[in-house]
Amino acid sequence: MTPTYYLLLSALLFSLGAVGVLVRRNAIVVFMCVELMLNAVNLSLVTFARINGGLDGQVMAFFVMVVAAAEVVVGLTIIMAIFKTRRSASVDDSNLLKY
Amino acid sequence: MSWTLIALLLLPLVGSLVVAFLRGNDRLAKSVALAFSLVELGLAVLAWTAFDPGGDRLQLTSSAEWIPAFGVHLSFGVDGIALVMIALIAFLVPVVIGGSWADKLPEGRSAGGFFALLLAMQTGMVGVFAATDVFVFYVFFEAVLVPMYFLIGRFGGPNRQYAAMKFFLYSLLGGLIMLASVIGLYVVSADKIGQGTFDWATLVTVTRDLPLSTQIWLFLGFFVAFAIKAPLVPLHTWLPDAGAEAPVGAGVLLVGILDKIGTFGFLRYCLPLFPAASKELAPVVLVLAVVGILYGSLLAVGQSDMKRFVAYTSIAHFGFIALGIFAFSSQAGAGAVLYMVNHGISTGMLFLVVGMVMARGGSRLIEDYGGMAKLTPVLGGLFFVAGLSSLALPGTNSFVSEFLVLIGSYPNEPVYTILAAVGMVLAALYVLWLYQRVFQGPVRGTAMLNLVGGPGAAVDPEKAAVPDLNKRELAVLAPLVALILVLGFYPKPVLDVITPSVGATLSEVGVADPVAQEGK
Amino acid sequence: MTEPVAASGIGSLAWLLLALPAFGALVLLVGGKRTDKWGHLLGCATVIAAFAYGVALFFDTVALSPDARTTEVHLFDWIPVEALNVEFGLRLDPLSLTFVLLITGVGSLIHIYSIGYMAHEAGRRKFFGYLNLFVAAMLLLVLGNGFVTLYFGWEGVGLASYLLIGWYQHKPEAASAAKKAFLMNRVGDLGLAIAIFLMFKTLGTTQYTEVFARVGEFSSAEVLAITLLLLLGACGKSGQFPLQAWLPDAMAGPTPVSALIHAATMVTAGVYLIARSNPIYNLSADGRLVVMIIGGVTLLIGCIIGCAYDDFKKVLAYSTVSQIGYMILAVGLGPIGYALGIMHLLTHGFFKAGLFLGAGSVMHGMNDEGNIRRMGGLMKKMPITFVTWTLGYLALIGFPFLSGYFSKDAIIAAAFSMEGWRGWVFGGVAALGAGLTAFYMTRLFVLVFLGKPRYTELRSADGREYHPHESPVSMTLPMIVLAVGSVGAGWFFSSGHNLAGWLTPSLGELQEQHGVLDHGVVNILVLALSALGAALGFLLFLRGEQPVERPARVSFPVRAARADLYGNALNEALFARPGTWLTRALVFVDNKGVDGLVNGSAALLGGSSGRLRRLQTGFVRSYALSMLLGAVFVLGALLMVRFS
Repeated sequence: MTPTYYLLLSALLFSLGAVGVLVRRNAIVVFMCVELMLNAVNLSLVTFARINGGLDGQVMAFFVMVVAAAEVVVGLTIIMAIFKTRRSASVDDSNLLKY
Repeated sequence: MSWTLIALLLLPLVGSLVVAFLRGNDRLAKSVALAFSLVELGLAVLAWTAFDPGGDRLQLTSSAEWIPAFGVHLSFGVDGIALVMIALIAFLVPVVIGGSWADKLPEGRSAGGFFALLLAMQTGMVGVFAATDVFVFYVFFEAVLVPMYFLIGRFGGPNRQYAAMKFFLYSLLGGLIMLASVIGLYVVSADKIGQGTFDWATLVTVTRDLPLSTQIWLFLGFFVAFAIKAPLVPLHTWLPDAGAEAPVGAGVLLVGILDKIGTFGFLRYCLPLFPAASKELAPVVLVLAVVGILYGSLLAVGQSDMKRFVAYTSIAHFGFIALGIFAFSSQAGAGAVLYMVNHGISTGMLFLVVGMVMARGGSRLIEDYGGMAKLTPVLGGLFFVAGLSSLALPGTNSFVSEFLVLIGSYPNEPVYTILAAVGMVLAALYVLWLYQRVFQGPVRGTAMLNLVGGPGAAVDPEKAAVPDLNKRELAVLAPLVALILVLGFYPKPVLDVITPSVGATLSEVGVADPVAQEGK
Repeated sequence: MTEPVAASGIGSLAWLLLALPAFGALVLLVGGKRTDKWGHLLGCATVIAAFAYGVALFFDTVALSPDARTTEVHLFDWIPVEALNVEFGLRLDPLSLTFVLLITGVGSLIHIYSIGYMAHEAGRRKFFGYLNLFVAAMLLLVLGNGFVTLYFGWEGVGLASYLLIGWYQHKPEAASAAKKAFLMNRVGDLGLAIAIFLMFKTLGTTQYTEVFARVGEFSSAEVLAITLLLLLGACGKSGQFPLQAWLPDAMAGPTPVSALIHAATMVTAGVYLIARSNPIYNLSADGRLVVMIIGGVTLLIGCIIGCAYDDFKKVLAYSTVSQIGYMILAVGLGPIGYALGIMHLLTHGFFKAGLFLGAGSVMHGMNDEGNIRRMGGLMKKMPITFVTWTLGYLALIGFPFLSGYFSKDAIIAAAFSMEGWRGWVFGGVAALGAGLTAFYMTRLFVLVFLGKPRYTELRSADGREYHPHESPVSMTLPMIVLAVGSVGAGWFFSSGHNLAGWLTPSLGELQEQHGVLDHGVVNILVLALSALGAALGFLLFLRGEQPVERPARVSFPVRAARADLYGNALNEALFARPGTWLTRALVFVDNKGVDGLVNGSAALLGGSSGRLRRLQTGFVRSYALSMLLGAVFVLGALLMVRFS
């Protein structure tokens, strides 16, 4: 079994996530796309760990998962707060932080 | 280990903290500040008596390790030049506190904050002159900016934010360029003697052997910082703004002391540390000095704002000081140092009397005044005395220093000296013309007419609404006038302290007096 | 030139000469209104005491042998730095003692006169404070034992002169005149200062004794430079061409000031300076030639302008300019003239002070009117003033056996005693000046005192009628004393070379030579010219009615003379206007150029960051896109490096 397919899948997932982040307006969807990208990276980390026969990549993947979990907590809270005040989950509506 | 300097350094800092906690009670805060500054003056007198003019290069020394990794020591000491400057600080601060006693502060500012900042600045200023470690000098050099920034920016005139920012940026720029040279000194000393050091006395013996190009780069780093501070044309434009917007008391310290850090730096750092570069670049500095004298004088003639006027006269005076320092003779050098002291006294007094005129008329513009001597003869007389000192009339302190600078520069630099001497005529012009516009002629100008009750009102000096100087103002000016006259007639005690240090500086540069003493 | 010895006896108290008037000035100026009641008395007392001490010192010195008459009093080291040691000391020798007597003597008289003259002034004690300050500074000028102490006194009298010219400082013209006087003096001071620098450079000292003893060490170029620079100083202080314009304006001050400072003492300081520096001037014939040219030009300028003015005091001021021209010419003659210059200085001090005090007395009685066209026939109203003034007038025009006859004719004769063209030119100029002097002084005399009164129908500027009256005793007494001096001083000084012999230790032997014209011939020539001038004056101005308004349609020479021979216009065009423009231009350059550069770079920084700020849109997705593009770019760059 060649690891190439895993890497191709990972690239596909990452691209999907990236496009999602760029084109979707709903904050929740954008958020899920970010998660998708994170997991795509996790996949390639694990794949490379497998190829190289080391554990580093797998450990790194756990770190990513932990950070992602924490990020979800903070991120969702922020989205909730914004939604409460602005009655909208669109990322384009919250554009006050500018020049 | 001498504690005098340490005490001189710490006392105002303690005073500053105490006064800062008394912000609720203005009167108490002022009195405490004055008390601290007077004790400081007493300490300075002690330091003066402890100093032996014929003794070591640096005296009253003390030292403690600060950052061992970089060889930084908290070391302090004074030579004759630093001593007279510290004495001048100790003298001026109480005068300034007295002069600012009844200042109208901007809305929401407390007198306590003002005087706390003044005292904090005193510590910084003493530190600059007393430091004998180049790094510590740099730290104090930057540290004095902070209280001054707040004094201008919080307590100044209408355009204070702009002026404060300009002052700060200019000085900071100079300071950063100097920092590069300070670090350069460390690297060079590490290279030469195996271990990096910031100790001034050690560095002097190291850097004098450096190749000319290295010396020039390091010299320039210091020089730019000091030329901004001093200020030399064309790096002068912050001074008129800062001087005009600063409250009068801060203006006195700004022009009287802070600017002297630049000329002091020339003498203490540029000359002894980089003798070859100093000699190489002296012609450039001399040109800048002479241009400064003539340019500053002419601009002073053209000013319409009294405080900017004082600032521009200072630029001309700093030209004289720079000329004296870079003419390389003991008369010119001693004259330049004495000029630093005298300029602090005479320009300080000029600032104070301008402040007193403004306190009555409420305007800085010359055209708003006229014929004031008729209403306030004592103020007019003292304004005139300050002006005479500024134009270096014999019998006033400034004459001795200006004369020494010129007569000492002449043997080496006759052309520059003659050009500089033309500044004497211009000085008479700007002082007398200002006096004529503000004090002579009929009572006129919007500020004056408002005070006496509109145009056409009968002006009776006995019943005028313009009060002449009160007791506090007289008490502030009296010591200045006394010093102006005493130093004009008998400058020997001060010259005796200055001359050996100037001689030592010149021998560090490796130049001999053009006119040698007979029998030597 | 004799070497000085330390003063002993009453000479060692010579500092009192400075201290007395200085003390008076200090008390009167610092004491303020508290001293109003007795201030004028103190002011007089200090000067009279100084005079008394001066007289005692004089007789003490006369008793000594000529070689022992030069003494020094060391007071303290003033400016000691390494090789430079400026002493604060006094030099008592015949020259300085002569001046001490002149200054304190005439000074005392004028102090007394001022009591009456200034009686109605509110700040009278301040006036006396200034006068005392002047006397102290002037005494320092003549007594100082080095060029720097001389410079101190030199600028000190400039200050006193400034304060006193500007006495009526609420009047703009008085304030401007005071400023002008100080500034033009400072231009001269510049010359004096640079001369001092040059002495220090070559000799390492500025004390008279050492400079004069080692004067041979100067190169000839340096000697010439020093003589010219000192001359510049003298021109400023003494109102000589080209710095003469301030002196007539200085008449804006009260009349006693004009008499003391701008006639008798301060303006003659230039003559003192050159006479004092005679060892230097003796070395340079070229330098002396320039001195003579300046003196000759000035004496003619003064005479010509003096003919055209209608202001009582300004005519006298130009007369002073021209008489000092004579003195400068005399000291420029060198060893044949130094003592003559000093002699004319002394006699001039008497009669010109007397003439000014007479003018003050006339103006005092005429509601401060100064226009001589509004006077006339005052002889009967002011008999004492008339008699004393007439004696001064006769002395000035060189009436036989009065003061001016001895002193001025001696100078003219000495000028003619030079060989070749110099004798003819300078002698001729001086003789011509004598004729002109007689003319303008006669004009003044006739218009003021003779003829019919022209003021009866007129009102003064403040709307009062003119009621001329004689002045009080405190004013007439000094005039009488000065008139006596005007009559007898010349005879006293010149009989048996009294003065020249006395001054020999300071100025060297007065030499005589026989050049183009003999003394006797010159005497007759000058008398003839003076008589001609005076006769012309009587003829022109005594006959017929003199218009009260000055005629507007006059010939070019009169117009030029009324405009000060365009001296002021020249100053204006050469210095004042270009200076104003230069100043304005520099202010503009400093604000827009130098400061503009600074503020410009700040604005540039601020502006560009303002533009860059716009990139921050606030849209999260555009940030995400730029991050992605950045990441792609970095990746691409890495790959490029790897595979290329």
